[in-house]
Amino acid sequence: MIFDTTVWMSLVILLPLAAAITAFLLPRHALAIGLTSSGLIVLSVIALTISLVDGGAARDQMGGWGAPLGIDLVADGLSAVMLLMTAAVGLAITIYAKGYFPARDAHKRAFFWPLWLFLWGSLNALFLSGDIFNLFVTLELLGLSAVALTALVGKPTAVRAAMRYLLVGLAGSMMYLLGVAFVYAGYGALDIAQLRMLVADGPPLYAAATLMTVGLMMKGALFPLHFWLPPAHANAAAPVSALLSALVVKAPFYIMLRLWMDVLYPLADTAAPQVLSALGIAAILWGSIQALRQPKFKLLVAYSTVAQLGYLFLLIPALLADSRPQVLGAIVSFMVAHAAAKAAAFLSAGNILHATGDEQIASFTGLLRTLPLTVTTFALAGLSLVALPPSGGFIAKWLLLDRALANGDWWLVVVIIAGGLLAAGYVMRVLGPTFRERETKPTNARAVPRSMALSAFGLSVLAIILGFMGVYLLDLLAIEPVSMMVGGG
Amino acid sequence: MSWESLLPLAIVLSSFIPGVMIFFFSEKQAGLRTGLNIAAALVKLVLVAILINGVWRGDTLYELRVSLLPGLDLALRADALSLLFIILSATLWLVTTVYAIGYMEHSKNRSQFFGFFSLCVSSTMGIALAGNLLTFLIFYEMLTIFTYPLVVHNGTDKAMGGGRVYLMYTITGGAALLLGVVWLYMLAGQVEFTDGGALASVAHHTTPLTIIFFLFIVGLGVKAALFPMHGWLPRAMVAPAPVSALLHAVAVVKAGAFGIVRVVNDVFGVTLAQDLNLLQPLLVMACITVLVGSMFAIFQDDLKKRLAYSTVSQVSYVVMGVALFGPIGATGGLLHLVHQGVMKITLFFGAGSFAETLGIYRVSQMNGIGKRMPLTMGAFTIGALGMIGVPPVAGFISKWYLGTGALDANMDWVIGVLMLSSLLNAMYFLPILYRAWFMTQQEAWPHEHDFGRFETHWMLLTPPVVTAVFSILLGLFASLPYGLLDWVELIISREYLL
Repeated sequence: MIFDTTVWMSLVILLPLAAAITAFLLPRHALAIGLTSSGLIVLSVIALTISLVDGGAARDQMGGWGAPLGIDLVADGLSAVMLLMTAAVGLAITIYAKGYFPARDAHKRAFFWPLWLFLWGSLNALFLSGDIFNLFVTLELLGLSAVALTALVGKPTAVRAAMRYLLVGLAGSMMYLLGVAFVYAGYGALDIAQLRMLVADGPPLYAAATLMTVGLMMKGALFPLHFWLPPAHANAAAPVSALLSALVVKAPFYIMLRLWMDVLYPLADTAAPQVLSALGIAAILWGSIQALRQPKFKLLVAYSTVAQLGYLFLLIPALLADSRPQVLGAIVSFMVAHAAAKAAAFLSAGNILHATGDEQIASFTGLLRTLPLTVTTFALAGLSLVALPPSGGFIAKWLLLDRALANGDWWLVVVIIAGGLLAAGYVMRVLGPTFRERETKPTNARAVPRSMALSAFGLSVLAIILGFMGVYLLDLLAIEPVSMMVGGG
Repeated sequence: MSWESLLPLAIVLSSFIPGVMIFFFSEKQAGLRTGLNIAAALVKLVLVAILINGVWRGDTLYELRVSLLPGLDLALRADALSLLFIILSATLWLVTTVYAIGYMEHSKNRSQFFGFFSLCVSSTMGIALAGNLLTFLIFYEMLTIFTYPLVVHNGTDKAMGGGRVYLMYTITGGAALLLGVVWLYMLAGQVEFTDGGALASVAHHTTPLTIIFFLFIVGLGVKAALFPMHGWLPRAMVAPAPVSALLHAVAVVKAGAFGIVRVVNDVFGVTLAQDLNLLQPLLVMACITVLVGSMFAIFQDDLKKRLAYSTVSQVSYVVMGVALFGPIGATGGLLHLVHQGVMKITLFFGAGSFAETLGIYRVSQMNGIGKRMPLTMGAFTIGALGMIGVPPVAGFISKWYLGTGALDANMDWVIGVLMLSSLLNAMYFLPILYRAWFMTQQEAWPHEHDFGRFETHWMLLTPPVVTAVFSILLGLFASLPYGLLDWVELIISREYLL
C-alpha cells in the first residue's frame, strides 16, 4: 500500500469535503469536479478497504491528541461495508445526476454538486467516527445537507416536505445530543471504545438510552416516527430521493447499531430491544400496506422504505443476546441489499418521470415497450426487495430467517415471510401494467439520457450480484475493532 | 476445474444466454432469432448427450459449486434423475420452439416472447441439475418469475388476471418452500440431494421434519397443481398455446412434480418419509387430485381448459408413484413424468393448431375436424388414448407400473382409484374423438386460414406428429436396452438400494 490505513481514512473524508468547497466556489465547473472527485472517493474507499483487509481494523488520532480530547477516527469491518455501500450507490447517483441536471439548469446544478459532495463527506465521516459526540456532529452535517437537497427542486410540496424533514431532524438531533450529555455526565467519556468498558446499568444510561434511541428513531424514520419520510423522499429530485432512501436513513440506524452493541448493551435485558423489534414489525406491515395503496410511484417506493427499514430492527434483541456475528451479518446484508435495490428503484422512477412526465401507476400501461431498460431496472430492484433469488435481498432474508428460526422467534418468521408477500404485491402493482397492451401510442415520451438509464440499471444489477457476494461481505464484516489504544499507539 | 464440472452450467447457460440475447433483437430480425433459437436447442441436445454418456457410466465429475454464504453452496450436479428431466425438457424444447415459431408468426412482441421462453427453459434445466435444496429453490423461483411474462403475453385483461392469480399462488408457494428450506438447513446443515435421503442424522426431530415436509409439499404442490392448490392452472390457460404446452408438459407443472420426487427420494428418503408417516397423506392427496381433476375436466367445453384439468389429474400420477413406497410404483411415477410430458404436449399442440388454423376453441365446435385436419387430429387422438391408458401408447406402461406398484405395496384401493380415473379420462376424451371423427361438420369454421399444401402451417403440423410418434415409440419399446425403462430402473435401484 502506498499509504498507511489512517491516511486513507482521512482521505475518504477530506476528499469529498474539499471537492464540495471547490464545486461551490467554481459553480461552472461543478459537474467536472463532481465526476472527478467521485471517482477518486470511490478509489480511496477501495484502497481503505484493501488496507483494512491486509492490516486489520485501524484507529486514527487526528492531530495526535488521543481519545479523551481529540477526534478519533475508527475503521473496522462494519465501517468498511458502510463506506463501500455509500461509494457504490454514490457513484451511480453521481453518474445519474450528470444527465438529470442538464447544463441549462445551471442553478440546480450549481447547488446539487456541492451539497451532494458535502453529504457524501459527512456520511463517510460518520461511518468512521469513534465517539458519540463526533457522531452527533456528522449526523447534523448530514441532516442539513440532506434537507437542502430535498428542497432543491423548489416546488412548494418539496419545500414543505423539506421543512418538516428539517424540524423532525433537529428535534431528533437535540434528543440525541441530550443523551450524549447524560452519558458524558454519567461516565465521563465520549469515545465508544472507552465507554464500552465504563458503562454500567444505572439511571444515566436509562436516560441516555431513551433519548438517543428515540432521537435516532426520528431521524431513521422507524415507525411510528416515519411520517416525515414519504413526502420528503417522494418529492425530492430522483437522485436525491435515491440517496436519501438508500444511504441517509441508514446513518442513524448505523449509530443505533453501534450504540446498542457497545454502549447501551447493559440494557439488553430490559424491554427496550423488544420494543424496537416490535416497532420493526409494525413498520413492515404498515409501510407495506401503505405502499399497496399509493397511486404515485415514488410514494409507493418511499413507503417501501418505511417497511424495509423495519427489517433492520427485527433482530436487535438477538444482536444483544449471543451469536452477534451472525446477527450483525444478517442486519448489515439487509442494509446493503436495500441500499442498492432502493436506489435503483428511485432512479428508475426518475427515468419514468423524465420520459413520460407522469408518475401515476395507473398510467404505466405498456411501459415495457417504451422504456424496456427502465422497467427491467425496476424489475431487478423489485426482485431484491421481494427477496426472490438470486439477489442481495434473498441472501439477507435468508440470514434473517435463519437467525429468527434459530432463536425460535416464530412471530418474526411469520412477519418476514408476510413482508415478502406484501412486497411482491406492491412491486407487481407497478410491473403488472407495463405488460398490458396499450391502445394508443404514448404521446410525449422523451428519450432518457444514457447516463441515467445505465447508472440505474447498473445499480439494479448490483442488487442481483450482491446475492453472490455474501461470503465476501461477511468476511469483511468480521474485521473486528481493535482493542483500546488510549494515549498514543 | 475440469471441463466436466462446467458441463451442467453450460447446459443451463445454453438457453440463458440466447434468451438474454434475444431481448436485444428487433421484431424484424425474425430470421436471426429463429436461427439462434434452433441452434441453441441443438447445442443443448449435444451437451445433454455428452452428459448422458457420462452419468450412465456412473461418473460423478459433473458438479460445479459456488459458495453463496459460509455453509451455503450453489451446486449444479448431474445424476440419473436430473437427466431424466433434462432429456425430456431438452427434446420437447426443440419441438416446442419449432411450434412456437410457426404459432407466433404474426403476433406482436416476439422478441420478448422468445426471450422469456428461453429463460424458462434455462430455469427448468437449473431445477433438473440442482444438487441441493438451495439451488433448487433459486431456479424454482426464477421459473416463477420468467413464466409470468409468458402468461400475460397477450396483454389483455383476461391475461393480466390469469397472470395475477398465477403469481399469487406461486409466490405464496415459494414462500412456504423458502421457509421449509431455511428451516431444514438450520436443522441439518447443507442438504445435498442424496440417493436414499440426506437426513439420517437428524431423523429424531420428528415434529419439525413433519412440518418441513408439509411446507415443501405446499410449496411444490402449487406448481404441481395438487388439489386444492391447482386454481391457477386453468386460469393460466390464457397464455399462447406453445406456452401452455411448455407449462404443462415440461416447465412449471413438471418442476413441481420433479421437486416432490426430489424431496421424497433424495432429501427425506423414502424410508424416513415412510417412518414419519408422510407418504400416506401425500398418496391420499395425489389420489384426490387425480379424481377431482378429471371430474372438473368433464365439464369444460373450452378445449384448453379441459386439457388443463386433465393435467391437474395426470401430474398427480407422478406424485402417486413416489408416495406408493415401493420400487415398482416409483418406477411408474417416474415413467409418467416423461410419458405425460410427451402426450400432453401433443394434445396442446393440437389444441393450438385448431385455434390457429380454424379458430376453434371449444369442444362443441370440433364436429368433423378429423376430416379437415386428419394428421393433427390423429396426433391428438394418440395423445388422448395414451392419457386414458390404451396400449400401446406410453400412458399404458406407466399406469401398468402404478397399478402393479399399488398391489406390491398392499394398497389395493389405489387400483380402484386408477380404474375410476381411467374411466373419467375416457369420459372427457372420447367425446372429443367421437365428435372429431364421427360427427359431420355443421357450420363453417370460425376463422379458417389456408396454409396451402398442408392442412396447417408445416411448423404447426410437424411437432404434434413427432411427439405422437414418440408417445407410441415410448410405449412399444419401453423395455429396449438403454431405453427409458432401463434408465428409470437405474434411478430407482440407486434410491431403493436394490
